[in-house]
Amino acid sequence: MALRQQSPNNAFAPGLGTRNVVLSTIPSDSHTWNLLYLQLLLEEHGCAVTNLGACVPVATLVGESAQVRPDLIVISTVNGHGLHEGLGLARAVRASEELRQVPLVIGGKLDTAGSRTDADFLPLLEAGFDAVLVGETAVPELLALLERLALLERLPEPVARPLTPPAGGLDRRAYADAIR
Amino acid sequence: MRSVEPYRTLDAVTGSGAARDHGPGATFHAVLDAARRRGALVVQPRMGFSDPARMRAGLSATKAANATTVGTLTLDSFTRVGDFATAERALRERRPLNGYPIVNFPTATTEAMLAGIRDRDFPVQVRHGSSLPGRIFDALIEAGLDATEGGPISYCLPYSRTPIRQSVQAWEEACHKLAALRERGVEPHLESFGGCMLGQLCPPSLLIAITVLEGLFFRRHGIHSISLSYAQQTDAVQDQEAVLALHEIAAELLGDTSWHVVIYAYMGLYPSTERGALSLVADAARLAVRTGSTRLIVKTAAEAQRIPSIAENVTALETAARAGAATERLPAAPVSTGIKEEARALIDAVLGLNEDIGKALVRAFAQGYLDVPYCLHPDNAGRARSVITEQGRLEWSRTGSLPIGHLTPAHRSAQLTSTRLLHALSYVRSRYDTADTADTADPADLRQTA
Repeated sequence: MALRQQSPNNAFAPGLGTRNVVLSTIPSDSHTWNLLYLQLLLEEHGCAVTNLGACVPVATLVGESAQVRPDLIVISTVNGHGLHEGLGLARAVRASEELRQVPLVIGGKLDTAGSRTDADFLPLLEAGFDAVLVGETAVPELLALLERLALLERLPEPVARPLTPPAGGLDRRAYADAIR
Repeated sequence: MRSVEPYRTLDAVTGSGAARDHGPGATFHAVLDAARRRGALVVQPRMGFSDPARMRAGLSATKAANATTVGTLTLDSFTRVGDFATAERALRERRPLNGYPIVNFPTATTEAMLAGIRDRDFPVQVRHGSSLPGRIFDALIEAGLDATEGGPISYCLPYSRTPIRQSVQAWEEACHKLAALRERGVEPHLESFGGCMLGQLCPPSLLIAITVLEGLFFRRHGIHSISLSYAQQTDAVQDQEAVLALHEIAAELLGDTSWHVVIYAYMGLYPSTERGALSLVADAARLAVRTGSTRLIVKTAAEAQRIPSIAENVTALETAARAGAATERLPAAPVSTGIKEEARALIDAVLGLNEDIGKALVRAFAQGYLDVPYCLHPDNAGRARSVITEQGRLEWSRTGSLPIGHLTPAHRSAQLTSTRLLHALSYVRSRYDTADTADTADPADLRQTA
């Protein structure tokens, strides 16, 4: 059911291997230009992208991701319901044995008020997101995160662990702060 | 000059028979049919609030605007995807939704919200975006409404993961529910959203083909009053040719049906300046009048940032009405670039696939006879691509399996990258945001003079 799984056009970090990214949105969001843009951007940076398209039910996201075993899950949403619907989504991803440790980020326009501060997004981080990316810095932050994922892949196994912390909101918040 | 006086003065045109035929409430059909005969431009907002009092205030302000208007109930996105439980929870927790949850509210709430606002001169249309609209049609019919919009393709491909086959079946059933109003002496109206398709970067011939095919689908399933749509794209001259072609093809294929054309002000990335946004909606009104289209759906200056306020909607409606009133219908069609021939080739190829138009639509997408550029839906072939040319026209860069290869040269274009996509998506926004401001100093002037 995955859409447009394509191989990358130009590897971002040659020799590091391809990173698998699942790109998705929340169940109520029908916007797709943001998803197409991010798919192209991620492919240009060496990722193989599984783009799940519009209005993805949480069960579909979890099922598809459990099959792909991605290095990163990116949720992009612009309809203003992300702050609310993101909570159940993150809890469901974290409840999945396969996905418990997969980095999970959300970005876009997350509520109708245009919230920007960390305090506004704390519930999302507590529910299981590793990072919340909004505003003009969202794209540079996402690219910085990819770069960090690539760097940590080069490190020996034990050191690589901190990027994909075990379950626990505090660790994940520290991770989120690190990539902000 | 075109009159923008309200319909309440138009009894002479609609005739007393209209009131008798259509009961105490307005029908969207009667008001729009009268406007079409008169050559008037009707303007309409995209407006929806979850609080019934605010929704009523929005409709009331639309009605009172200095323009010929009809009202809109835009539904929220939980209702669109059929997640009524989440809509219910939001209502209980008093969290605002991004539209009016017509299925969750008791019929009496919607009736009370509309009472005294909706009347024979001011009809109200429900706008939703659902690929499986059954419950929405039930709710709007129960509340005494008779007009809505969408379509088995236009509300499936861009906005859902629903298989086309399932959406076609749901829309067949929904059409029959709406058509049953005719037995009660009410003529229901259904608008195809097919002239939008992702809002931007879908070439005109495909927009025309999809909205006409959806119109034929509605007619086949018992709807006799239909509107066909076209969303403003990147080039005014190209848009004029396209909308005139849409009128000609509709006249050829929908002869036994009451129909009009509705123009959507640009549906892509909207200008972020008030001046740019209002100037874009004014150009959409000019497109509507020049091409003899009957209705225009506006966008507001707040569109790029958030859900617009009631006042911002009224400003957009009045800006559009003024621009329309100062515009004349085109004396002659612009030079043809073959849009009509392309659209006709698409329509004829699809209709040739199966006698049952629903089955023909399903097969058309499976074979790539219809293929919407950049659409991520699993049933879309994804082999066709479009490009904005250096002249600013929207053209095909790849036609995939579309049956128009013999008619149109695909324009060569560089490989799609995230930067090029962003540039194409922002083309209209940038042009209107940076337009020369020499002759109109600030938005207040534009509001007065447009």
